[in-house]
Amino acid sequence: MPLFVLQRLAAFVITLLAASLVVFLVMEVLPGDPAAIMLGLNARPDTLAALRQQMGLDEPAALRYLAWIGGLVTGDLGTSYTYGVPVWELVRQRLALSLPLALIAICLSTLIAIPLGVLAAAKRNQAADVGVMGFTQLGVAVPNFWFAILLILLFAVHWRLLPAGGFAGWDEGFWPALQTLILPALALALPQAAILARVTRSSVLETLGEDYVRTARAKGLTRRAALWRHAVRNARIPVVTIMGLQFSFLLAGTIIIENVFYLPGLGRLIFQAIAQHDLIVVKDLVMLLAAAVVVVNFIVDLLYAVLDPRLRGGRHVD
Amino acid sequence: MSTEPTAPWRDYWTRGRRSIGFVIGVAITLLLVAAALVSLLWTPYAVDVMDIPAKLQGPSADHWLGTDQFGRDVLSRLMAGAVNSLTVSLVAVGIGAGRGVPLGALAAARRGSVEEVVMRFNDFTFAFPALLSAVMITAILGPGAVNSIIAIGIFNIPVFARLTRGASLPLWRRDFVLAARVAGKGRTRITAEHILPNIASLLIVQMTIQFALAILAEAGLSYLGLGTQPPAPSWGKMLNEAQTLMYLAPQLAIFPGLAIMATVLGLNLLGDGLRDLLDPRLRRAR
Repeated sequence: MPLFVLQRLAAFVITLLAASLVVFLVMEVLPGDPAAIMLGLNARPDTLAALRQQMGLDEPAALRYLAWIGGLVTGDLGTSYTYGVPVWELVRQRLALSLPLALIAICLSTLIAIPLGVLAAAKRNQAADVGVMGFTQLGVAVPNFWFAILLILLFAVHWRLLPAGGFAGWDEGFWPALQTLILPALALALPQAAILARVTRSSVLETLGEDYVRTARAKGLTRRAALWRHAVRNARIPVVTIMGLQFSFLLAGTIIIENVFYLPGLGRLIFQAIAQHDLIVVKDLVMLLAAAVVVVNFIVDLLYAVLDPRLRGGRHVD
Repeated sequence: MSTEPTAPWRDYWTRGRRSIGFVIGVAITLLLVAAALVSLLWTPYAVDVMDIPAKLQGPSADHWLGTDQFGRDVLSRLMAGAVNSLTVSLVAVGIGAGRGVPLGALAAARRGSVEEVVMRFNDFTFAFPALLSAVMITAILGPGAVNSIIAIGIFNIPVFARLTRGASLPLWRRDFVLAARVAGKGRTRITAEHILPNIASLLIVQMTIQFALAILAEAGLSYLGLGTQPPAPSWGKMLNEAQTLMYLAPQLAIFPGLAIMATVLGLNLLGDGLRDLLDPRLRRAR
């Protein structure tokens, strides 16, 4: 087991470093003078010089890279040019929205997808299966931001049940804040649920054909007990893998959905930063989000070993 | 009984017609491509001509799908938007397959450290969903359709690299490859003559599916204003504009979304159908 973990840990660190190098090269070296991009064509020379000073652009690129990495590790992300506050402060405020939103979406999609997938597998080729598969075909094809717009049309414009956008803030109480997150979370969860339900169905179908399920049935277990205790239990690995892979889609989805609902989360922060040419904020956020994807995939890799003891042998199974 | 062997495409056609999903997929895809091609020569109304007195009309005999806030014909703009969606997605998937397949084939042919480097490269490219790449490129270069192509293309590289490597590895252990090596063929030639032809159907199916994903990604990027810029018509941008008019003209928010959904659905059904046709071993296994 330690060998397996060490291998994955090494790959994880290398991936993070490579990603940070690319972000740094694209955002700071490729454009020549990032300060000039941030200030635009009509910048006064002394303002430009001051910003170059603040960003340390007169230092060699290698030094700046090291300083940036050091800052990332110690939690010092620099100061936003437009807001004048530490980037970390902005991130912390926005996370209070983006993180709960993502978590609610994951919970919703899992709660929808797993039962549907298992149902479809158990009732293979019957009406329920055909229905679930039809739902997944549609769910995969619907763009999440359009689904979000439809939800707004129905629940906010037509029935006036829920707000069309904006965030009440957690200070206003749990329920008002949660109310503003229901539609966004639903919009995020649907496409995810569709994919997850499909994967659950096919992996349960696979385990249902295994000998140990037949053994369990022969031993006298009911169909239902054999399904849940043996087939579903062993179908978890592909399901968890896909949930890990889906995380990057969820992240991209959050960015889009926050813009549909005008939610002040990380996604909207990125867009405001682009509009204001605040490259310091864009660079840090892109790195943080890329790192989040890498971290989640690392955790998924480790989860394999927890879920399937057969993988603990130290051999990396692809 | 006929002794003449039937042409493979004839066989595909006979079997393909039996699958409803496949037929629907082919029909939608053909319709879409036809609409895009026709729009290059003719649209019901000029795509960019504004007719303010006729703005925000519902569907009618004159304007089948109504008009937008500038009185432009929605159907015409949807047809022209199809060109945009298809072009961006086609080029992006082309980039992904064009870079990813050689990388995957190389990893499978050389193994060892080459394989390790390719797979690590994959891991880290994977950390950049198309949206993040597009954000970076836009922050530096400003928005545009080329951004979407690059961003979606980059995201597709590891997908094809992984698939190609995974499918090639078992082939390298097969007898016919061994025979080719004994005959003195090099790795490059074996890859070109024996490996790639054997995984071609798998790659075609994946391309169809990635094409559908690229359509979705392009729509998302242009919705956010990172992709195709106005006045060029794009489905994502149309939805973005419709959202501000939701109380006045909800129908504007319906048609572009339906177009995206139908396109993606059609391509996915086509992909599933092709998989069943080209690789009978996988049929209904998923």
